Amino acid sequence: MKILVAVKRVIDYNVKVRVKADRSDVDLANVKMALNPFCEIAVEQAVRLKEQGIATEILVVSIGNKSCEEQLRTALALGADRALRIDTEAAPDALSVARLLAKVAEAEQPDLILLGKQAIDSDNNQTGQMLAALLDRPQATFASEVKIDGKTLQVTREVDGGLQTLNVTLPAVVTTDLRLNEPRYASLPNIMKAKKKPLEVKTAEALGVTVASNITLVSVEPPAQRSAGIKVGSVAELVEKLRNEAKVIA
Amino acid sequence: MAILLIAEHDNALLKSATLSTVTAATQIGGDIDLLVVGNGCAAAADAAAKVPGVRKVLLADNAVYDHEIAENVAALIKEIAADYSHILAPATTNGKNFMPRVAALLDVGQISEIMSVESADTFKRPIYAGNAIATVQSLDAVKVITVRGTSFDPAAIEGGSASVESLSQVTDTGLSRLVSEELAQSDRPELTTAKIIVSGGRGMGDKAHFEMLETLADKLGAAVGATRAAVDAGFVANDYQIGQTGKVVAPELYIGVGLSGAIQHLAGMKDSKVIVAINKDEDAPIFQVADYGLVADLFEAVPELEKSL
Repeated sequence: MKILVAVKRVIDYNVKVRVKADRSDVDLANVKMALNPFCEIAVEQAVRLKEQGIATEILVVSIGNKSCEEQLRTALALGADRALRIDTEAAPDALSVARLLAKVAEAEQPDLILLGKQAIDSDNNQTGQMLAALLDRPQATFASEVKIDGKTLQVTREVDGGLQTLNVTLPAVVTTDLRLNEPRYASLPNIMKAKKKPLEVKTAEALGVTVASNITLVSVEPPAQRSAGIKVGSVAELVEKLRNEAKVIA
Repeated sequence: MAILLIAEHDNALLKSATLSTVTAATQIGGDIDLLVVGNGCAAAADAAAKVPGVRKVLLADNAVYDHEIAENVAALIKEIAADYSHILAPATTNGKNFMPRVAALLDVGQISEIMSVESADTFKRPIYAGNAIATVQSLDAVKVITVRGTSFDPAAIEGGSASVESLSQVTDTGLSRLVSEELAQSDRPELTTAKIIVSGGRGMGDKAHFEMLETLADKLGAAVGATRAAVDAGFVANDYQIGQTGKVVAPELYIGVGLSGAIQHLAGMKDSKVIVAINKDEDAPIFQVADYGLVADLFEAVPELEKSL
């Protein structure tokens, strides 16, 4: 089967972001960028399915300007077969991304589409579900286990309160949760080989999608600062403070 | 202007996140209709009818909505969406699952996890793991929104007398089927609504030591939470996880034990009223947000704390 994996270039998860002085957005100039951690898990899952002989081809797609080819090369180094970048200048919103991916899916006819459950920049958690809706395909979000048996996909999902297992018919859209797998590192030889793998570029216009959003960013501000706390010397002092100063315990 | 609110329930009662979402809906303004969808959920609809401020309750009680399968629930909401300017659901795993599907079916964007209502079309929401707060405006005809429960006080559960109207539509897409569900058993308060939370990290060392936190939690009437490291190490089940990728909590008292305070964890708890940190590493980032920090070995401090309560 063919697997389509969508990946996003985001700020590295260890970087503490700063809001721009004019509050127009966060400052991404000269900040380390990386593959979104959930996308890494999606790529890993696709590669594992290929190693199990279930997947035959892995196409990895990213949407954005030329800089996100770096993340596509990373995915190729991890084991994807070919890459597609959809060129857009402005960062598209989740619905536009879903529309673009839907066009790619219609052309490529993958049996399985893998995405991360959310991008750690926008924290939206929308694209996979939107894509499934646009394609009229089943969705399995927050996946922590994926089993494929012929045309049926059995997915265990992380839900509030525990785990839920669904059976969905392929083709389907699956979004990955943290515990689905532990992504591998790209080895140096694979990084070199990835440079020779095909990477195609298409424009959003060529796919017939106008990237526009009715949701606009008005401003961005830093979160409210917590007032500085104190260090206590002993458990007795801590209990006393909690009882009499903070009054949070009886 | 009318608001459709999709209730999260356990078939008998509304979840607290639903009541917080009612408060958010009240701040937006307009008539509020609650949709109770599920299998065998008539009692939850009766509970919903008692919430003050609710105009009417729509009940979709059918086997095809069992466990609120996203495909079927989203198709149902799309069918009844025409009368509404806003569609709201709590930002629980359920709401996060079906709402973007609803938005795409309606060809509109979604605003995820709002933490405040600025006006009927402008909202604040956290981005970058809560390290920045974005103000966003939606010009879509229908605003599809999920609501962060901990950011809004829950609405009252008594005092209203809305009518309950059964919906006749049955939307079965046949795309997805539930196989099984495995829920963690706990007698303690629910993590997202608990007033006190005792939470442990990798520093707890192993599964057995987590029982120490459970004893402390029971004495405080608290819920037990954990960091990703503690979950990955197998100390507790994943639904204990607090953070960007787990649950977001804002209790009155949060006691973090043996956890460093990585930004992904802080994203889930830094709106707690009082934060206590117990850690033997005095440079741990958790101390930067803690109101009361105790630099000590948790294996001595936790039992001592439990005894002195």
